[in-house]
Amino acid sequence: MDEGRPIFVQIAEQIENDIIGGALAEESQVPSTNEFAAFYRINPATAGKGVNLLVDDGILYKKRGIGMFVAAGSRDRLVQKRRDEFQAEFVQPLLAEAEKLSISPDQLAAMITGATTITQKDRT
Amino acid sequence: MTPAVEVTNLNKRFGSVHAVNDVSFTVTENKIYGLLGRNGAGKTTLMQLLTGQDFATSGSIEVFGASPVENAAVLQRLCFIKESQRYPDNFKPRHVFATAPWFFSHWDADFAERLVDEFRLPVNRPIKKLSRGQLSAVGVIVGLASRAPLTFFDEPYLGLDAVARQIFYDRLLEDYAEHPRTVILSTHLIDEVSDLLEHVLVIDEGRIIIDEDAEELRASATTVSGLRPVVDEFVHGREVLHRAGIGGLTSVTVRGLSVSEREAAASKSLELAPVSLQQLIVRRTGSTEKEFEQSA
Repeated sequence: MDEGRPIFVQIAEQIENDIIGGALAEESQVPSTNEFAAFYRINPATAGKGVNLLVDDGILYKKRGIGMFVAAGSRDRLVQKRRDEFQAEFVQPLLAEAEKLSISPDQLAAMITGATTITQKDRT
Repeated sequence: MTPAVEVTNLNKRFGSVHAVNDVSFTVTENKIYGLLGRNGAGKTTLMQLLTGQDFATSGSIEVFGASPVENAAVLQRLCFIKESQRYPDNFKPRHVFATAPWFFSHWDADFAERLVDEFRLPVNRPIKKLSRGQLSAVGVIVGLASRAPLTFFDEPYLGLDAVARQIFYDRLLEDYAEHPRTVILSTHLIDEVSDLLEHVLVIDEGRIIIDEDAEELRASATTVSGLRPVVDEFVHGREVLHRAGIGGLTSVTVRGLSVSEREAAASKSLELAPVSLQQLIVRRTGSTEKEFEQSA
């Protein structure tokens, strides 16, 4: 766990990542609070808080006596949410830094296109 | 629900030393507490008072609703693992584990045996011949396998290597999840245990200076760094926990920031860094402020 940020938020993000990445499919069961606690070596109450965050958001739902499941449509909702966050957390700072270094939006666009081509070459 | 521990205006003096100074707090049942503080802060004294092993100078202590002093009904629900527990001279670890069920009604002998294997503890070696780490392992095994409703661990891992400490943390979490109980873990290895704790009590010079939910505490401070005038303007009017600087740069640790304040800081090119529980406690219990001023 990353120091300084609330652990339950990190647990929630980790579960979200697993849903976005497909490791946790929609309608599949997620590990129990105690399993999360043991795996991440954190207090079970903290793990429970992280899971509840996603229950409140409607990403996970409870089946009484069975456990916690990924809600249908969660993946699309999370991707949309992450895209909005991407704008605030990555694009805005990128633009601010570019401005500080006098990189024009066109130059920045060219740099991004260039970098994309390189990554694509790496893949092939 | 009766709290596990309720302490009101507790004082303990040793001559001129005020080891516990007007302390009041409550321990909620079935949580893992961290009792943190520097050496000599009063952690062990406080635990001795809570377990009825020493008498308070004044104030009241209730453990499961009653005074622990000479009270068998309370004491049989407690397990106190001391930093340097003494055993009868000819004892071997197997004697300790054989006698444990006499004192702990929830003792799980199978669990103790599994822990012995994991810690690779030689159960037939005289206790006086055990290494410091092995001696600590005996205490940790008793503390875990006793499953006492209220368990105190006072610096339980002196001499335990990194592997053994990790076994301790893992088994504590697993067993706590299956058999919820109240655990008070006293330590100065704050970074290692911070993720295990649900609530934090920090004692400094005999006083409780922090009594907070671990998650809230973690989010309660941020370090702001950047050019001195900009930082100074930004932190103006806030509670400053720590300040360090070199030349024209400075970094200041302040209490919590809202999302809009974070954005404001970012727009002024200030860097924000999270503060770990350990750093936070160091900053609140140490009074040193370091400034490497350049003499003009």
